Amino acid sequence: MADLYDVRGLRLSLADMTRKPLFGAAPRLEILKGLDFTIPQGAVMGIVGGSGSGKSTLGRVLVRLLEPSGGSVRFDGVDITHLDEAALRPLRRRFQMIFQDPMSSLNPRHRVGTLIAEPLKLHGFDDVAGRVARALDHVGLPAGFAARYPHELSGGQRQRVGIARAIALEPDFILADEIVSGLDVSSQAQVLNLLEGLVRELGLTLAFISHDLSVIRRLCSRVMVLHHGVIVEDRATADLFDSPQAAYTRELLDAIPLPDPDQVWA
Amino acid sequence: MSYLEIDRLSVRLRGGGPLLRQVSLTVAAGEVRGLVGESGAGKSMIGKAVLGILPRSTEITAGRIVLDGVDLLTLPPAERRRRIGATCALIPQDPLTALNPSRRIGPQITDRLVDILGWPRVRAEARARELLAEVYIPDPERVMRSYPHELSGGMRQRILIASAFAAEPKLIVADEPTTALDVTVQKQILKLIKEMQERHGTALLFVTHDLGVVSKVCQSLSVLYAGLVVEDCAVRDFFRAPGHAYSAALLAATPKYTDAVASLTPVPDTVIAAVRAEVAAADRRMSHG
Amino acid sequence: MLDGRGSVKRRAGARLWLSAGWLAVLVLAALLAPWITPKDPLAQDLFLGRLPPFWETGAEPGYYLGTDSLGRDVLSRILYGARLALIVALVAGSITCLLGAGLGLLAGFLRGWVDVLISRFIDIWMAFPPVLFSILLIAVIGPGLGSIILAIVIIDWTRFARVVRAEAMAQGAMDYVASARVAGRGRLGIMLREILPNVLPTIVVLLTLEMGIAVIVEAILSFVNLSISTDDPTWGGMIAEGRAAVYQAWWVLVFPLITLFLTVLSFSQLGEGLKDRFDPVLR
Repeated sequence: MADLYDVRGLRLSLADMTRKPLFGAAPRLEILKGLDFTIPQGAVMGIVGGSGSGKSTLGRVLVRLLEPSGGSVRFDGVDITHLDEAALRPLRRRFQMIFQDPMSSLNPRHRVGTLIAEPLKLHGFDDVAGRVARALDHVGLPAGFAARYPHELSGGQRQRVGIARAIALEPDFILADEIVSGLDVSSQAQVLNLLEGLVRELGLTLAFISHDLSVIRRLCSRVMVLHHGVIVEDRATADLFDSPQAAYTRELLDAIPLPDPDQVWA
Repeated sequence: MSYLEIDRLSVRLRGGGPLLRQVSLTVAAGEVRGLVGESGAGKSMIGKAVLGILPRSTEITAGRIVLDGVDLLTLPPAERRRRIGATCALIPQDPLTALNPSRRIGPQITDRLVDILGWPRVRAEARARELLAEVYIPDPERVMRSYPHELSGGMRQRILIASAFAAEPKLIVADEPTTALDVTVQKQILKLIKEMQERHGTALLFVTHDLGVVSKVCQSLSVLYAGLVVEDCAVRDFFRAPGHAYSAALLAATPKYTDAVASLTPVPDTVIAAVRAEVAAADRRMSHG
Repeated sequence: MLDGRGSVKRRAGARLWLSAGWLAVLVLAALLAPWITPKDPLAQDLFLGRLPPFWETGAEPGYYLGTDSLGRDVLSRILYGARLALIVALVAGSITCLLGAGLGLLAGFLRGWVDVLISRFIDIWMAFPPVLFSILLIAVIGPGLGSIILAIVIIDWTRFARVVRAEAMAQGAMDYVASARVAGRGRLGIMLREILPNVLPTIVVLLTLEMGIAVIVEAILSFVNLSISTDDPTWGGMIAEGRAAVYQAWWVLVFPLITLFLTVLSFSQLGEGLKDRFDPVLR
């Protein structure tokens, strides 16, 4: 199958303002240190790592909220590494993002209906009202929710709105950044099941960022392990869990407390 | 003889509905009891009630909190605070905000000992160094002179643990102490808490939403739903055969990386309906006295 | 969940209704002044000088709050004074708000060189002593309604700019802004559709506060005789005149003072009340 994303030698550094000298430029802080990988069409790619591994930064590069400082990112054959905002706009419909914290990623001043409709209008879709209704239905929310404000919803419902908003645009790719880490286990299970169904039904390509390997195993076909801005392992899910190669992957797996009092956890 | 006994404790929002519904539980000396439940189930509220730090918007409407044979709720406020301060401590959730960013670490640990227990400062400082070494902090001398922002999240959580054990409390409330940490750091911190708790023989009330963590740290647990204890059992029994449909559903919804493609089962609506009916029944009991 | 959080209602704002009520009365009084004032506010009658308010002995019928030393009716003058006070509050408050909030929004959202430029300008502006600056201004271009408004705008636009800039910066870091970018919205669209609605409550509070301040500044300038021509009744001018005869006729000082106090208080409470009432996040 063709690769939707082709990433070569990706680097990203930010100015470290905490160490900026009184005069002159601040030193650069390397976040991503030369990543090479591809995301095949239709794959569900898990991206896992601890805090400071660069996984969220990588995600934001893929949807071009951040501009890389080196290397290249090709989306469906188009080099989007340094495209400016105007050139990106027609492409934006095709790669969407669901955020970790739906409370801060849904504008509290807008109703759910508006939140889903606005991007549709921007990209010139017809039958906006119908599409909003179908998107809500897709994620299992009643049509009446269109009139509610985000703060009137539960955490799981808010995350469904985030998903509805992304799929309404009929994108090729969705980035999900830690979207279940703030949820209780029961809503977490619902959101994961929903996402899995949508991926299958809509033929989406998904990158799923998480710190939780249990969740990754549940959903992903392929896993990439990041550690301090470097890919330490990138393999099919079953292989990775059966015989982790990198020492860091093993360390991550060993540290997970299973809900089982007999687990050896030394 | 249990060190802490909570007996039919009810808490509600002032001018609003109930937050805790006749919660009863016991913690023996040296026992670790887990409090689990989803957000809003009231698990943190129990720890806060014991430590006397409930938010001002809430009030205790009924029940007893018996600490070492004395009902705290019958004591005058000053006496209650003194007793709690001398025998209880808290390990908070967020190591970033639990330390005062503009003060050095040393005084933040010794303040308690000097102010509440009246220790001489020299003795308190010696004790703080000893404790920092006990939680495996290299170079305690230097750390005591550091400011919080100079230390990593895991280091800060170690300091908070040291600080909690400083005055040799009989009971510690740990409120989601590893939720903000990476899984590898979480493991170290959980092991440390367990080790310290065993060495000092402290009773521990461990609030968490993570059943995996419960299975590693606790001996007994209370499962809460909407402020109601739906199950109170030994941890081994819980994981072998949960005694309540809601507990079983919670366990089934928890993902395990060892299960290949096992599909996750969200808590079924029928279970939610049943447990809600129990809550409603508890409310009727409460209103009839 | 079945806990009690949902059942707590926010108290309907007594302060919103009280402050809005007082301001509504004032607006009506200002609009209808020519028809409802019992006497001509400028008519002098030395025989009726320093009449006490109606409940004291020696009061004349029709002069409800007494007269000043020139025999002018205090109530009528307060009502006419409301006209000037409210015009200054509305016009000066709005212009200050538009200018300051606009620049603050641009600086806080666009960042970069726009922010550097606007922020440095604010810093430099604030280094001038503002009261001196405005007195100087009026001395140069002469007293009058326009000068008062200009002076207020010059003194206070930086307050809006700084607060709104900080607020816009905080909102700009939220994920919903990133979310709008992913959806393909342009910078101007994000600023107006996403950031502005979230900064609006802050702007409303500042605006009402500013209107109160404008009323005070106008009164101060009238007090030192730098306002519009001394014939037109102004609260500040009345207070200045009343001060001279406070032992003989306290009412000439006290009634305009109370009116001024209630008006400024109402403006600031109106802002807080509106925020409590209409903010969907707090509600």
